[in-house]
Amino acid sequence: MPKAKVTFADIGVTITVPAGTRLIEVSERVGAAITYGCREGECGTCLTQVVSGSENLAEPSVLEDQVLKDMFAPRHHRLACQAQVLSGEVVVKPA
Amino acid sequence: MKTGIMNTSPAPAARIQPGQAVEIAAGVHWVGVLDPALRSFDIVLSTANGTTYNSYVVRGDKGVAVIDTVKEAFAPEFFKRLESICSYDEITTIVINHLEPDHSGALPELMKRAPQAHVYLSSRAPMMFKALLKSTDVTPSAFTLVKTGSSLDLGGRSLAFYQTPFLHWPDTQCTFVPELGVLFSGDVFGCHFCDDRLFNDKVGDFRFSFEYYYAHIMRPFRQHVLTGLELLEPLALQLIAPAHGPVLRQNPRHYVQRYRELAEGRLDDQVLGEKTLLIFYISAYGATRRMAEAIATGAEDEAGVRVSLYDLEVGDVSPFIDLIETADGIAIGSPTINGDAAKPVWDLLSSLHAVHIRGKLGATFGSFGWSGEAVTLMEDRLKGLRLHVPFPGLRLKLVPTEEELAQCRDLGRKLARHLTTPPDELFAEAA
Repeated sequence: MPKAKVTFADIGVTITVPAGTRLIEVSERVGAAITYGCREGECGTCLTQVVSGSENLAEPSVLEDQVLKDMFAPRHHRLACQAQVLSGEVVVKPA
Repeated sequence: MKTGIMNTSPAPAARIQPGQAVEIAAGVHWVGVLDPALRSFDIVLSTANGTTYNSYVVRGDKGVAVIDTVKEAFAPEFFKRLESICSYDEITTIVINHLEPDHSGALPELMKRAPQAHVYLSSRAPMMFKALLKSTDVTPSAFTLVKTGSSLDLGGRSLAFYQTPFLHWPDTQCTFVPELGVLFSGDVFGCHFCDDRLFNDKVGDFRFSFEYYYAHIMRPFRQHVLTGLELLEPLALQLIAPAHGPVLRQNPRHYVQRYRELAEGRLDDQVLGEKTLLIFYISAYGATRRMAEAIATGAEDEAGVRVSLYDLEVGDVSPFIDLIETADGIAIGSPTINGDAAKPVWDLLSSLHAVHIRGKLGATFGSFGWSGEAVTLMEDRLKGLRLHVPFPGLRLKLVPTEEELAQCRDLGRKLARHLTTPPDELFAEAA
């Protein structure tokens, strides 16, 4: 299965995960400070800054895109509960 | 630094007068309201002394800022007090440190009365702001989203913003007046305590309220408390003006230090370098107890895991909350009685919202006579609390056989191994 690397800049941890893994599944396992609420892309609690490698994440769904707009989220911000890591390397930190 | 903080002499305390603002620093007034009759806040928090909803006004040469508002039902009293210190057309700025209704309830009306005022919110607040206004006829004419590093000038007084997410909502922030050393801290350093002498050196003893408030409001976000303190501790604090409870003008740094002590105090300092697995059980005839003991035996086979076993039949689950907060994993066992787990199990599982437990390892087990629903019900609850439950609950009928006890030991080993295996190896295995 294809793999990808995710780095949580706030705690300095890099982890290799299967392609398709959502950021939140990894962050809670390694203790990064990305706090989440609904985990369904609705509440916006898990807003996360993608420091680099945003092209290695799956495109946001219509729902995620709308929530990001409602939150006035800056560029390169995603919902950790929705963003799936596809390949390569991604560096993230809590928004 | 000349701060203009009011003196803290031993003279008898002045009491808050109806319709009158209280000066707390040069050009800074308290314009909040008292709610002395409140005994239950947000349904879940008890208070023997009511609470206050604190709002403040900062006057500069170029503008007047209102920091936070009050619960909607108290709006008339708030506006009367606000009018004693400024007129609506003077208000240039409204800052909302936290949009929960007890602080934003009077905001729509304030925006109507001072339509020229520019609203400043945390960058995490827009969705809540929209939700707050949707049932009103107020449309914000202008608002700005601020983050740590943002500031604005009121003329001789400035407001510097410090984003403190999850203390205790995503949108929470603090606002600092560096010229005075005054920190408007929102719910941080607040408490539900109502006393019309207002200042911490004049009101009755509120230490228990301060501790209770931290334990119920801030404790689940301990990691974020520590992050927030990194921002707030370096500030030259002369006075903390929280959104609830007394204004902290005497030794304000004490309260900052107390937050650090509360957030850092960890039982697991004693087991540094080891993972901790807590096994809770309750047992009618000893079968679930034997399962628990076998799970513990299996888990102890794994080096680097400290296993503890507790019988929930003692009744009071409160001591276990502290243990669970700092544990890496928990397993819970119950027999099935009339299709459900035993009450002490639910007492425990309904108390865990007070601490951070998301992402911890969870497992369930239990012996049963008829149908064994308890295990699945407990498992659903653990998943609902966002624990990580990688292994299906272990349920067996009546008295465990040697083979079944071996399954329990195997579950214990798997749980312990899960705790000691680096996450990327677990992800690789899952793949």
